[in-house]
Amino acid sequence: MSHLLSWLVFTPLVGALAVLFIPKSAAEFTKWVALAATLVTGLLSLFLLTQFDRSLATVQLTEKALWIPQINVHYFLGTDGISMPMVMLTALISILACLASFNIDLRQKEYYCLFLLLETGMMGTFLALDLFLFYVFWEVVLVPMYFLIGIWGGPRKEYAAIKFFLYTLAGSLLMLLGILALYFHTTPHTFNVLELAQAHFTVKFQKFIFMAFFLGFAIKVPVWPFHTWLPDAHVEAPTPISVILAGVLLKMGTYGFFRFAYPIAEDAARWFSPYMAILAVIGIVYGGFVALAQTDFKKMVAYSSVSHMGFVLLGLAALNQNGFNGAMTQMFNHGTITGGLFLLVGVLYDRAHTRDMTAFGGLGARVPLYAGFLVFFSMASLGLPSLSGFVSEFLVLLGGYQFNGTLTAVSCIGIILAAAYLLYMIRRVLLGPLNPKWAALEEINTREIVTLVPLMVLIVLFGLCPRLLLAYMTPTLNGLLHAMGGLAL
Amino acid sequence: MNALESLHSFIPETIVLTGAFLVLALDLFLRHKKILAALSVLILAAAAFFSFSLPANPQVFFGFFHLDAMTVFFRLFSYGVVALTILISTCYRPIENKFEGEYYALFLFLALALVLAAASTNLLMIFLNIEFISILSYLLVGYEKKNERSKEASLKYLLFGSVASAMMLFGMSLVFGATGSLWLEAIPATLAKDSAFFTVALTGTLFLLAGLGFKVSMAPFHLWAPDVYEGAPTPVTTFLTVGPKALGFAVLLRVLVGAFGWFRFEWCHVVALLAIITMTLGNVTAIAQTKVKRLLAYSSIAQAGYILMGVAAGTLAGIESVLYYLVAYALTNIGVFTIAIAVANQSKNDEIESFRGLSRRAPGLAAAMVLFLLSLAGIPPLAGFVAKFSVFAAALQVQLYTLALAAAINSAVAAFYYFKIVRLMYLVPCDNEQAVEKPAVLSFVIVLLLAGTIALGLFPAPLMTLAHNALPL
Repeated sequence: MSHLLSWLVFTPLVGALAVLFIPKSAAEFTKWVALAATLVTGLLSLFLLTQFDRSLATVQLTEKALWIPQINVHYFLGTDGISMPMVMLTALISILACLASFNIDLRQKEYYCLFLLLETGMMGTFLALDLFLFYVFWEVVLVPMYFLIGIWGGPRKEYAAIKFFLYTLAGSLLMLLGILALYFHTTPHTFNVLELAQAHFTVKFQKFIFMAFFLGFAIKVPVWPFHTWLPDAHVEAPTPISVILAGVLLKMGTYGFFRFAYPIAEDAARWFSPYMAILAVIGIVYGGFVALAQTDFKKMVAYSSVSHMGFVLLGLAALNQNGFNGAMTQMFNHGTITGGLFLLVGVLYDRAHTRDMTAFGGLGARVPLYAGFLVFFSMASLGLPSLSGFVSEFLVLLGGYQFNGTLTAVSCIGIILAAAYLLYMIRRVLLGPLNPKWAALEEINTREIVTLVPLMVLIVLFGLCPRLLLAYMTPTLNGLLHAMGGLAL
Repeated sequence: MNALESLHSFIPETIVLTGAFLVLALDLFLRHKKILAALSVLILAAAAFFSFSLPANPQVFFGFFHLDAMTVFFRLFSYGVVALTILISTCYRPIENKFEGEYYALFLFLALALVLAAASTNLLMIFLNIEFISILSYLLVGYEKKNERSKEASLKYLLFGSVASAMMLFGMSLVFGATGSLWLEAIPATLAKDSAFFTVALTGTLFLLAGLGFKVSMAPFHLWAPDVYEGAPTPVTTFLTVGPKALGFAVLLRVLVGAFGWFRFEWCHVVALLAIITMTLGNVTAIAQTKVKRLLAYSSIAQAGYILMGVAAGTLAGIESVLYYLVAYALTNIGVFTIAIAVANQSKNDEIESFRGLSRRAPGLAAAMVLFLLSLAGIPPLAGFVAKFSVFAAALQVQLYTLALAAAINSAVAAFYYFKIVRLMYLVPCDNEQAVEKPAVLSFVIVLLLAGTIALGLFPAPLMTLAHNALPL
C-alpha cells in the first residue's frame, strides 16, 4: 500500500469528520465510529510493522511532496527505529483510551471529534521529517488537549487546561524561533531534518539551537523544573486523556531530542549532556519523593511519571548505546505501564468518586481481580525483573554508569522511592481491614479488563524478551550515535 | 500620463466614485435601504472585476499616483474589506434607517480613498489621501448619533487625528526642506548620507513615522484606539481595525522602505523598539478587559505590533510578510467582529460574558469563533500562523533577535486572553438557553472568512506568490 504513513496520520481525521456529521439523534453511535477509526489506524500500524525493514538505520517509507515552494516547505513523512515504536504506541494507546472513554456521556460528539483530532496530531508529530510540518502537528496536539481537559476534566479543569496550554505554547514558540534560525543558517534554506543533520553548524550556533529546542521539549517531557503543569493537567484530565497524556504526549518531548535536537546539534548535545543528566537525576529523585508524599492516587501516578521520564532523559544524556537503548525502551514501556496505572486509577474513581488513598483500605478482599491488576502494574512500574520496566531502567542505569557513576548512583534512589510509594499505595488501597464504606464496591468489568490486557501482554513480552523491541530500535540508534561521533558497537 | 489618458487605468475607481454618488442620490427615493447595501456591494464587485489590468506606464495622473502591482494588491484588498463591512453592517441594528443610505455611500467613498492612498507616491498626495480617509472615518465613528459614546469617540478621534496629521505634515516639510522634493522616488537621489541635511531628513522621517503610526495604532500613538473602537458602531470598528490600518502600512512601506530604505539601519531599530512596545502594551492591557470590543481593540493594537516586525525588517521578505499578514489579519479580524455582532444582537451588550455557553446556544458560531481566535493567536494550520511565521522569519533574517524573542513571548501572552473567550464559550456552563439568531448574510460572511482563514493556512503558496509579485521593484 502506498502512502501508508499518510493513511496513518489522516485516518483519525477522517474519523473526526465522520463524527462531526453524525446527527444529534444518533449520538450513541459516535463512540463506535470513533472506536472504528482508532481500530483502523491500529490495523494500519500493524501493517506498518510488516512493511518496516528493521535492519535499516535510515528513514524509510518516506513520502515527500512540495507544500510551500516559496519557503521550501515539504510535506515530508518517514519513519525509522525511533518513530516506529512511538507510532505503534500511539495507535495502541488511542484504541485503549477510546475504549476507556465509553462511559463519558457528556457532549459525546465533541469529545470524540477532538479525541480523533488529537490522534492525528500525535501521529503527525511522530512521522513528520520537515520541521515546519512537525511544528504544525505539534501545535495541533495542543488545542484538542485544551478542550479535552477543560470540558471533561475535574473540578479545577479550567485552570489545568489553560496552564497546560500556555506552558506548552510558550515552549513551542521558542522552539519555532530555533527552527527559523536553522532555516536561515543553511544554504539553500531548508526545513528538511535529514539535510539539517548533515549541515554541521558551528558549536556556538548549535548551542543556541539546542537551547531553543530544549525549552520546547523539556516543557513537554516534562523536565524538572518545567514540570509544574503536569500534576495539574493529569489530576484534572478525564481518565482516557490522562492515559494519552502520560502514554504518548510526554514522549513527544523526548522523541524531539532523538529526532531533532541530537542529530542537528550534536556538539551542543555533548556540551549539554552533564547538565541534562543533573536535571534528569533531580527529576527522578524529586518526582519520587513528591509521589511518596501524595494522598491523591492520580497525583501520585503523575509524579511517578516525572520520576520515570527522568530515566529517559538520563539515558539521552549518557550518549552511549546502552543509554540510548534504555531511553527508547523506557519511552515505550512507560507508556504501557503508566497508561495502565492511570486506567486503574480511573476504574476506581468511577466507582468511588474519590482518589484519596487514605479513604480506601482492604479493597483487595472486596475486588480481588482489580487488586490483581493493580499489583501487576505497580510491580511493572517499580521495576520488577521479568517485567518491561526493569529492562529499560536497567539499560539506562548501565548507560548512565558508563557516563557518570555518581549521578547514576543518586538516580537509584528513584528506584527505591518507586518501590516505596507504590507499595505504600498498595498497602493503603488494597490491604488492611476493609473500609465499610466500600463494602458494595463493584468489581472491574469486562470492558475495563479489555483495555488493560493488551498492555499487560506487552509488559510481560518485552520484560521477558526485550530483544523483540530492541531489534527495531538499535540500528537507528546506533546510526544516530555513530553520526554524533560516539561509539556504536 | 495626463489626466484623460490616466482615466483608462482608473476604471475601477471611476466606477466606485460614480457608484457612491449614485447611492447618495438613490437614498433620497428609496425607502428600503438594504437595496442600497446590495447595490454598493455590486458596485465594489464590478470595480474589483476591472482591477486586474496594469497600465504599461505605472505613472498616472502626472505621476501623482503609481499604479503598480502593489496598488492592485491593495485595491483588491480595500474593495474586499469595504464590501465585507457593508455586508455585516446590514445586520447591525443600532443604525437608524433614515441615515443608512448615506452610511453605505460614505463607505464607497472610503473604498476610493483607500485605493488612492495606496497609489500615492507624492508626499502631498499621501497627506491629502490620508486626510480623506481620516475625515470619512471621523464621520462614520460618530454615526450612532444618539449614542453618547459614539459621539465622544468621534470627537476624540478627530482631536487625536488632527495632531497626528499636523505631525506628519511637519515631518513632510522637513523632508522637503532637506531634499527639495516631495516625490518619493526622488528622495534617495537627492539625499546623500553625508549631506548636511541628512539629520533633518531623518528627523522628518521620524515625524512621518509618528503620523502614520497613529493610523496603524502603533504605540505610543495608540491611545485613541481603544476608546474609538469601543464607541464606534461595531461594523465601523471592524473596518477601522482593518482598512485604514492596512493602508497605513501600505504608505509606511512606500515611504520608509521605498524612499528611505537605503538608510534602513538608522530607523529599523526605532521601528523594532516601537513594535515591541506596541505588541507588549496591546497584549498586557487586553488581558484585563471585560468588554469584547475593548479586548479586540487591544488585540488589534498588538497585531499591529507583529505587522511592524515586517516593516522593521525592511527587506523584500519583510514587505511580503506584511502583505500576507494584512490579508490573514483582515480575514480573521473581520470574522471575529462579525461573530461579536451576532452575539451582541442577542445579548444587547458588549460584555465578554455574553459569549458564555455559546457552544450550546450556537455551536457553529462558537466553532467558527474558536478558529478565528486560534488564527489570531497564530496556531497552525490557520492563516494567522503562516502570517506570524513570515514576520518572525523576516525579523530573524536581518538578525533582529530581540524583536523576534519579544514577539514569541507576546504570542503566548496573547493566547491567554484569546482563550478567555474560548473558555466562556466552551468550558463554562451557560445560564440561558436562548439561541443566537444568525441572519443569512452574517452566516454567509462567516463561512466565507472561515474558508479563507483555513485555506490560507493550509495552502499559503498562492497568496505568497501574489504578495511576492506585488513588491514595488
